Amino acid sequence: MAFDAKLVMKDTVAMITLSGSLDAASASRFKEVIEQAAGQSPTKLVLLMSDLEFLASAGLRVLIFAKQKMGAKVDIYVVGSQGPVLGTLEMSGFHHSVYIQDTYIG
Amino acid sequence: MTTDNAAPGRIDSLEARIDYYPTHEIAGFRLRPGKPFPFGATLVPGGVNFSIFSSHAVSCTLVLFNKGAEEPLAEILFPDSFRIGHVWSIMVFDLDCETIEYGYRMDGPFDPAVGHRFDKSKILLDPYAKAVGGRDVWGKPPNWDNIFPYRGRLVFEDFDWEDDRPLEIPIEDLIIYEMHVRSFTRHTSSGARHPGTFAAMRDKIPYIRELGINCVELMPVYEFDEFENSRRHPDTGEMLYNYWGYSTVNFFAPKAGFAATGRLGMQVDELKTLIKELHQNGIEVILDVVFNHTAEGNERGPTFSFRGIDNKTYYMLTPEGYYYNFSGCGNTLNCNNPIVRSIVIDCLRYWASEYHIDGFRFDLAAILGRDPCGAPLSNPPLLESLAFDPVLGKCKLIAEAWDAGGLYQVGSFPAFGRWAEWNGKYRDDLRCFLKGDAGKVGALSQRIQGSPDLYGWNGRGPTASINFITCHDGFTLYDMFAYNYKHNEANGEHNNDGCNDNESWNCGWEGETDNPGINALRKRLIRNAWAILMVCHGVPMVLMGDEMGRTQYGNNNTYCQDNDLNWLDWGLAAKNADLLRFAQNMIAFRRAHPALRNRYHLSNQDYMGSGYADITWHGERAWSADWSNESRVLAFMLCGRHAKSGTVCDDYIYVAMNSHWETRSFEIPMPAPAGGKWHVAVNTGMPAPEDIFAPGSEPELGDQGHFLVTAYSVVILVARHSGLNTNLVKPEEPGRTKKSKAKRK
Repeated sequence: MAFDAKLVMKDTVAMITLSGSLDAASASRFKEVIEQAAGQSPTKLVLLMSDLEFLASAGLRVLIFAKQKMGAKVDIYVVGSQGPVLGTLEMSGFHHSVYIQDTYIG
Repeated sequence: MTTDNAAPGRIDSLEARIDYYPTHEIAGFRLRPGKPFPFGATLVPGGVNFSIFSSHAVSCTLVLFNKGAEEPLAEILFPDSFRIGHVWSIMVFDLDCETIEYGYRMDGPFDPAVGHRFDKSKILLDPYAKAVGGRDVWGKPPNWDNIFPYRGRLVFEDFDWEDDRPLEIPIEDLIIYEMHVRSFTRHTSSGARHPGTFAAMRDKIPYIRELGINCVELMPVYEFDEFENSRRHPDTGEMLYNYWGYSTVNFFAPKAGFAATGRLGMQVDELKTLIKELHQNGIEVILDVVFNHTAEGNERGPTFSFRGIDNKTYYMLTPEGYYYNFSGCGNTLNCNNPIVRSIVIDCLRYWASEYHIDGFRFDLAAILGRDPCGAPLSNPPLLESLAFDPVLGKCKLIAEAWDAGGLYQVGSFPAFGRWAEWNGKYRDDLRCFLKGDAGKVGALSQRIQGSPDLYGWNGRGPTASINFITCHDGFTLYDMFAYNYKHNEANGEHNNDGCNDNESWNCGWEGETDNPGINALRKRLIRNAWAILMVCHGVPMVLMGDEMGRTQYGNNNTYCQDNDLNWLDWGLAAKNADLLRFAQNMIAFRRAHPALRNRYHLSNQDYMGSGYADITWHGERAWSADWSNESRVLAFMLCGRHAKSGTVCDDYIYVAMNSHWETRSFEIPMPAPAGGKWHVAVNTGMPAPEDIFAPGSEPELGDQGHFLVTAYSVVILVARHSGLNTNLVKPEEPGRTKKSKAKRK
């Protein structure tokens, strides 16, 4: 399944819905959307990942970019990640830098 | 942004800088002359700068692969104009850093007699590669026909360290836990989701912290090849590996097979996360580094990196062009060649700055003090450079101060005021005393004081002495008292490998027994070892699992065993809960008493006006130690007023050690100092839980004048100042502890 990333602003919360495979080929698209979101000066960044099937190293790099681009005051929520994607976040330790949730309850 | 028609392995430039633009094009790749420094592959805007040294090659080719591909994506011969001095450098634009792998072909003379072994048919691993592909999953059999077995990969240095940095715990306050990453959690009893990995070790941090450890020393985590010299045991068929990893493939790259995410190429992130969390729990990380040799072996070994890049520079060679073998592993890295010196320094700086490593233990470090012909140097440039390096300025530097060529430098290692040593004499003397050898009391007194006989003569303090009784080489602590002889048959070398001078004692039966008397004695001796180790000046180091009675069934050289001989059986924590409790409380005792952790040698004098010297010596009679050759008993008392050179106030500590086979009555110095009373902290002659009391809960001693110390036992008393509740110093709280965000709301 092709990668897709859709940004929606709800008040000051940036919500990005991710689907497909987030890998080296698609990371730049995700990075673009992160930059769009950062331009809105959100107070929270919510990444809806229930339809994300695969997270490669390149995707992790963009997540790290997102954390550092948004700054320490913007909490990041990773919502609905499961299976290999959640496993990758946990094994790499990125889950310590964000809030992991099954459903978004900001 | 990726375009649909981008070639495999390449993407269009994400960002451009006006001073980073291509000036050349070769094989369809846009290029410009690179920057000679830094060596290695460095990400630059829009591209990658590749730089490599060779003083004898006549040409160099950059070879690019798509990740895992069998054939190269491209080969780019460096134009002559891209070489400055002995350095080839090239900037390649539009590479996809996530999917590219790279190596080099070096052309030059093949003339072993003068030291050259170039072979342009080989694709070589960059010595400065920051990640290496090819052995991504532990134990997965490699493709032996792969033309590029160890593949350089690019690494982003974007890890989110937040406010972390090396902890800089004073070395005298460390309690070091030597461990193997895979062995720690590979056993099914660990319950780890990803056994044998950095991620799994992260899950066990609470155990390490609760044990009281504040420093882990990791056996090699550089990229090594577990399949180097792998073979099946001729009798059992068991697969034997290069398990411990003391044979480096690449010095800058973490072992991918130790990462649960290695197959995804995220080993760098996983290891950094582990280090960050250890730091958050007040635990330092020391790496065991192996700069004495590489995995290329001797002239019959494979050529995959250094040998093909510049054999004559990287290795010590005989006048005939063969390899000196001071490492016992086929070759010897030419560490005091200026080029090799630079790579060692660059490597350690990289680990200190990029991975926040707190210190390094150098395997067979005496080699680092040899000149290119192998002669010991009085002022080795590499050791001096490391000692005074600004980036390494707060790192612990610890030498295994001997090598396989017979150079033994315990007490004389060129220290430059910085280096500590694995104190092999401490190990040997303690083992002999513990098993009841006569004639060891004098040596024991030196070891208790931090070995001033070894380190006092040139102004080095107790902090030069890493005190240990067991380490990965040799018996575990349990096996020390269960075996007289090594039992290494499982290694498939007819029991010829491993050392023979173990100074061990089986307590009357070789190996496992159901004799309760023997088992009780073994446990008592284990407790004695823990007790004495924790009251000695110097820096204690313990071996993974010794706190819970781990056995290797008499194998004293498990370098090739990927099985229960190395894996920590966590079931032992319950089976030997009494030992674990004792170890935990003994560590707590050390951490509670600064009088045990002076930075400078004791003077045997009273410079604080307390009425007692900082250390006094006793025996069965107070104030009169028996130093005779047949003596097997010794006691000493530390004056709490002299703790930390008199800068803090601690309890008085009295330690009586009886390695005789009979009970002995010790006269205790009385009245107890400072108007206090003696309390019993430790009595290994008693069954648990009466064998040790947590700091602050020690019961008062009934007879303040004498103590019966049973055969092979250690007693520790503490005397508190009267009028004070306690002078106990609480164990240090973990530094910069930060609550993790990881949670499910």
